[in-house]
Amino acid sequence: MSRTLTYREALREGLDEELARDPNVVIMGEEVAQYNGAYKVTEGLWKKWGDKRIVDTPISEAGFIGMGIGASMLGVRPVMELMFWSFHSVAFDQLVSNAACVRYMSGGLCHCPIVVRGPANGGTNVGATHSHIPEGLFAAFPGLKVCAPATPADAKGLIKAAIRDNDPVYFMENTLLYGNSGEVPDPADGDFVIPLGVADLKREGSDISLIAHGRSVIHCLAAAETLQNEHGINAEVLDLRSIRPLDVDAILKTVQKTNRVLLVDESKPFGGVAAMISTIIMENAFDYLDAPVQRVCSIDAPAIYSPHIENEQLPNPRRIIKKVLAMA
Amino acid sequence: MTSANPSPLDFASSPINQSLTPERKIELFTQMVRIRRFEQAGLKYYQAGKIGGFLHLYIGQEAVAVGTISLGGPDDHFITAYRDHGHALAVGMGMNECMAEMFGKQTGCSKGKGGSMHFFAPDKNFWGGHGIVAGQTPLGLGLAYGLKYLGREGCCLCYLGDGAVNQGAFHESLNLAALFDIPVVFVIENNGYSMGTSQERSSAFGGCLAQRGEAYGMEWDVIDGSDIYEVRAKTHIAMERARKEHKPSLLEIDTYRYYGHSIADANHKKYRTPEEIEHYKQNHDPINVFRRKLIEEGVLTEEAATAISKAAQEEAAAAVKFADESPAPTIADISTDVYWETDNQTEASKIGRHFFDS
Repeated sequence: MSRTLTYREALREGLDEELARDPNVVIMGEEVAQYNGAYKVTEGLWKKWGDKRIVDTPISEAGFIGMGIGASMLGVRPVMELMFWSFHSVAFDQLVSNAACVRYMSGGLCHCPIVVRGPANGGTNVGATHSHIPEGLFAAFPGLKVCAPATPADAKGLIKAAIRDNDPVYFMENTLLYGNSGEVPDPADGDFVIPLGVADLKREGSDISLIAHGRSVIHCLAAAETLQNEHGINAEVLDLRSIRPLDVDAILKTVQKTNRVLLVDESKPFGGVAAMISTIIMENAFDYLDAPVQRVCSIDAPAIYSPHIENEQLPNPRRIIKKVLAMA
Repeated sequence: MTSANPSPLDFASSPINQSLTPERKIELFTQMVRIRRFEQAGLKYYQAGKIGGFLHLYIGQEAVAVGTISLGGPDDHFITAYRDHGHALAVGMGMNECMAEMFGKQTGCSKGKGGSMHFFAPDKNFWGGHGIVAGQTPLGLGLAYGLKYLGREGCCLCYLGDGAVNQGAFHESLNLAALFDIPVVFVIENNGYSMGTSQERSSAFGGCLAQRGEAYGMEWDVIDGSDIYEVRAKTHIAMERARKEHKPSLLEIDTYRYYGHSIADANHKKYRTPEEIEHYKQNHDPINVFRRKLIEEGVLTEEAATAISKAAQEEAAAAVKFADESPAPTIADISTDVYWETDNQTEASKIGRHFFDS
């Protein structure tokens, strides 16, 4: 039996189950406890679990993320919330020089089982400093793992896998997905965990593959309906879910099936996730392509504030449909 | 609060030093000598091109690592920055694996993947060996937080240089340590220079750097790092505060390095006068100071001291031989120790691609 939960509730349920499963799991971050979370993902968890397990930190990202990394080397399993992933920049040294490299620099003597999670998206008119989308940035560091779920079920299944993983996992959510609802399996039916590195075919099609992650998946699904109904184009939608590890087999399979690919990625075009996927397709499935791989990314500028135009800077169904029709 | 002024107290007679047996005193002296001989050998082979990258020597500072780490029990943990050879040997790491690490060999403590700055021995509660100035301070805080979270005894000594005191990560760590009552002791090893910039040209301070702890409501103290007895007596108080009260401290141990920031620091004789370096060597060299004291106490003889030095020199030479003859890492070794899951070939590691070499 599954129930309908919001993305936010599904994440919370996943966190709650992991808190119950492992006493070494501790949630820390700004406003996660007494305030119930800036985006209410952790609502009620402090009341249930108390001060030890749900820790309010000061606005001090380098300090508390570094603290979590140090504690993880001793066996604590910190799950640290960034109120916005955009704030990664003030903790960057901890996130990349310490979390990503400590295992390597120690020749495998240390490891760092942390999760850093929070929203990483544009589209809420909060301007350039609060709209960074760094999944491609962090996936570029060997030693790190990155995922970006699009649906409530994926959010729950992946956060549980991330917490159980023994490497640092950077988990990118989306403020515009938190309120979305979807079916999530009932805990009574068993432990629901989605392994990292497994893409999900969200819509089967035959004419073109739309490959995306995070909120772009939702846009692709909407665009696919319009393409089917108004243009007779049957698009397949592959949701990567996990950026690193990456389900390369699923990518190549859909390319080999439809022979046309549009990559949809909310990050900027230079060196983003889509740029990497494009390279993988070129290296491994060049002969299967009937047309060059194309991309819809955010328009290549810092995130604009204006509510009148921000949605046009980001991938959206209109931009996806326009690009698909140009490829046909 | 403690005064920043040097104290004329006789630290040899403090209880923590009174408890030292003659054998233990000689052991501490030997550790200091071993660190110096190890590094002198390292310097020789760095200059001979056998060691790559940076070489940040600890020579002149030996009483700090040996004195503080000698206070550690099985529950206490240690973490430092890139000038890490002294701490590594003081926690009990062997010269062989340390020298081999600098030589970039498979037999190195980090399999040749870390180098001089990244010695680790978690089995000896030594957590590195970190490269970015002050980047290790939140980690030291976190180790101590972990001890408290897991309900374990002990504390964490987190070392940093005087050049680290102006980094944001350090101040964030002080704030969190005091706010959360974390059993950590931050130890500023003040050798007077942040690379080539003297303390006066890099830090705004009142009486001393440790006084900054006051801003966080934290106990602090200043220690003469040339006297291992003083180092032990004062650090012991801070460690007990951490262990028993879960209260952090900030210590500033005044010391001196004979060499440059690293051996690549060609200017180190320009920003310091030869007289300044010579003055320290003559009057404050921690090994000479301790040696004199131990001879005065009748614990050590000149002959025994010379024998200790000779043995350490031979040990270092043997470590060089071991390192030189050890195999280098292979190209395949480049891709291991990146992910725990892939190294352990877990189910999770078999799902999806982790590496993107084409």
